[in-house]
Amino acid sequence: MASLVSNVSTLVESGLRGPALAPRRALAFRLGAVAAFVALWSALAGLVVAFKLFNPIFLPGPWLVLGSLAELAAKGQLWAHVAATLERVAIGFGTGAALGVGLGLAAGHLRPVRDLVEPVVEMLRPIPPLAVLPLFIVWVGIGEPSKVGFITYATFFPIFLTTVTGVRQMDPVLLRAAQSLGARGFRLFVRVILPAALPDILTGLRLGVALAFFVIVISEFIAAEHGLGYLINDGRNFFLVPQMLGAAVVLGLLGYAGNGLVRLLERRLTRWQHPA
Amino acid sequence: MTGGPKIQIRRVSKAFGAGARVMPALADVELDVAEREFVCLLGPSGCGKSTLLNIVAGFLSPTTGTVRVDGRPVTGPAPERGVVFQEYALFPWLTVTGNVEFGPVMQGRPAAERREVVARYLDLVGLRAHAHKFPAQLSGGMKQRVAIARALANTPAIVLMDEPFGALDAQTRETLQDELSRIQHLEHKTIVFVTHSIREAVYLADRIVVMTSVPGRVKQIFTVKLPEVRDRFAPEFTHYEAEITSVLREEVAKVRE
Repeated sequence: MASLVSNVSTLVESGLRGPALAPRRALAFRLGAVAAFVALWSALAGLVVAFKLFNPIFLPGPWLVLGSLAELAAKGQLWAHVAATLERVAIGFGTGAALGVGLGLAAGHLRPVRDLVEPVVEMLRPIPPLAVLPLFIVWVGIGEPSKVGFITYATFFPIFLTTVTGVRQMDPVLLRAAQSLGARGFRLFVRVILPAALPDILTGLRLGVALAFFVIVISEFIAAEHGLGYLINDGRNFFLVPQMLGAAVVLGLLGYAGNGLVRLLERRLTRWQHPA
Repeated sequence: MTGGPKIQIRRVSKAFGAGARVMPALADVELDVAEREFVCLLGPSGCGKSTLLNIVAGFLSPTTGTVRVDGRPVTGPAPERGVVFQEYALFPWLTVTGNVEFGPVMQGRPAAERREVVARYLDLVGLRAHAHKFPAQLSGGMKQRVAIARALANTPAIVLMDEPFGALDAQTRETLQDELSRIQHLEHKTIVFVTHSIREAVYLADRIVVMTSVPGRVKQIFTVKLPEVRDRFAPEFTHYEAEITSVLREEVAKVRE
């Protein structure tokens, strides 16, 4: 019961949740949780096989999933699929981020730009991006441009909105201080407005990365020849459940890594918020 | 440089809002500030003293009237008029050094010169040892010292201070008053300092401008004839305090009515 609040001094020191775990113990807890999940999965899959509950093809154990991934890797196909997905995410997200941050900074800072851009964004934003995917395919075909463009479209919104918020929520007294120190125009923008909005921009980028991996799978379901989404759809067509789960696991790992990368960038760029 | 006043405030009025909801903040303010003079604006809260300072800084434009610096009308903020804010307004993403050299960077000064400037002004406020810290790591008093160093490092002729010590505890406040008075004897800036503390005004100012309650006007100007280094417990000091208190009390009473 070490993590429960037991007296007033721990309450004062660490709040209602009690003291934080030591980093090593926290890591052990996290790894333990993953291991427990895999063990539970294995046990369920094993039970299905042992007691012939239903056709085990529906719930392959983790070893079968890993086996199917290893097989794909051995044939040299896994990397091609991963690369196809990553390339689409990188180009689509990169373009979406550039547009979102660029337009967001302009709209946040310049009233006329905001009045022009924001109503359109507010109109399109409530439409789930997936609803527009068929339109993209009608407009630009089923090839790469529609997949990349779709990611750009979906990731633009959160990045644009958080950037606008970041600029607009900036403490106006900082702007005054900067102006009275002689900052104006482009330099005011780069030296003051951009860094002030940076924490919000980075939050937007994190949302954008997650969204990019979310939507790429669906666009790869439709008429793709490569990519992890294609692998899942292909697995469905040929009833290769291990392949479906394998591709999903790889997608999860990629998304996790992408999030970690932005977090790393966040820690680097906004160290001033929590200096040691 | 002509012999005229450094800052010339002529018939300045300011009203906020529009139509039926117009709120007058300042009415017909007339004031001259001489070069190297330390002037305190003193008044009941909400009397428009900060509004007047913001107009001199160029952050606000007066509804009527003009502010001139060296005879030229003020049209916006400029490096010749440094500002120190009550809420410090340090750039949180820059270190102490980064904040102090912000002005010189904007002026395009070379790195070697900036290093010298930073060292000089951090020495002046006694913060050299904290040069590489971020604002989040500093106490309120230290933050305001950085803000003062940052304003001075830009070598402004005028320093405008908007209740700079208002958010500090009493001890730190007096220490910073001592430091500001010491700095002024070295730097000889023209200073306009907004405060609601009579003691602070008597301790620091050459002249104290007492303002009326809303809309703010100049009620009375006191010239403080005390030695450069002041003793807060000297009888003459308390005499000024008592006199200004009685003048200010009338205005505070008006607000209550």
